[in-house]
Amino acid sequence: MMEELALHILDIMENSLAAGASLLELTILEDPVANRMIIELTDNGRGMSEKERQAALDPFFTSRTTRRVGLGLSLLRATAEQCGGSLTLVSQPGKGTRVVVTLELNHIDRPPLGDMGATIASILSREDPPEVYYYHQRGKEAFEFSTSWLKEQLGDIPVNLAPVLKWVQSHIDEGLKALYGGE
Amino acid sequence: MKSVEDLLKLKKEIQESIALREGGDKIKVVVGMGTCGIAAGAREVMSALLDELAKRRLTNVVVTQTGCIGLCAQEPLVDVFVPGKPRVTYGKVDAQKARQIVAQHIVNGIVINEWVVNK
Repeated sequence: MMEELALHILDIMENSLAAGASLLELTILEDPVANRMIIELTDNGRGMSEKERQAALDPFFTSRTTRRVGLGLSLLRATAEQCGGSLTLVSQPGKGTRVVVTLELNHIDRPPLGDMGATIASILSREDPPEVYYYHQRGKEAFEFSTSWLKEQLGDIPVNLAPVLKWVQSHIDEGLKALYGGE
Repeated sequence: MKSVEDLLKLKKEIQESIALREGGDKIKVVVGMGTCGIAAGAREVMSALLDELAKRRLTNVVVTQTGCIGLCAQEPLVDVFVPGKPRVTYGKVDAQKARQIVAQHIVNGIVINEWVVNK
């Protein structure tokens, strides 16, 4: 259903925005030595009570009025568990939410990372784009992207214009390509 | 189209085109980005829309998104709002159709009836 980790990431970022977040911090760590991949998304949304937090992982629970949760988190958890890892959800009302996913890096069932550039460009394509900070480390090399840096470059040009978003997409894709060993 | 120099060049270009278009009402395109939409290919639709708009340097169009609206079987869904005209909802959109929507509906103002789901 979700053929790329980047699609799962887009999905949980959408959850964050639906919960009123204006800041998304995404960290992806790939440790080939420990055979571990960690994906961590932290937001400043409205957070969840313990009851909501547990319900959020239940695929048969949906809060139709707010649409804050649905199948997305359970799908991602299933993927993580299938790949020798887990999904942890940490949240408190008023204190945002953190999703931590671990997977075995070379597990045969692990979906590829996929198009992170398209994911970040998609999340920014809205009338009021959130602040995004993305840090990706693979072994000793790292790539980072932030909307605060982008805004500094752009000055009075809005982030959510198609040509700017296409630039963001190729910038991230090229950066990650370099991380994976060149062109 | 990836280095910082490219970005600054782009910035200059946009500054010029925005100045020309200021004041006009914007066309709004909304992509369904719920779990159902994403699983059905909404991100590729979004990418294709942005690419087509960027190529045509159409900065008077806003592309935004919404969650699940309960029409999951028709995802990916794309709404087009042209100022002064009723909303048009396209269903089962893919990257190819998204590019057509930009060319026909947004640029030429012709609704592609066979893909419309809210007739």
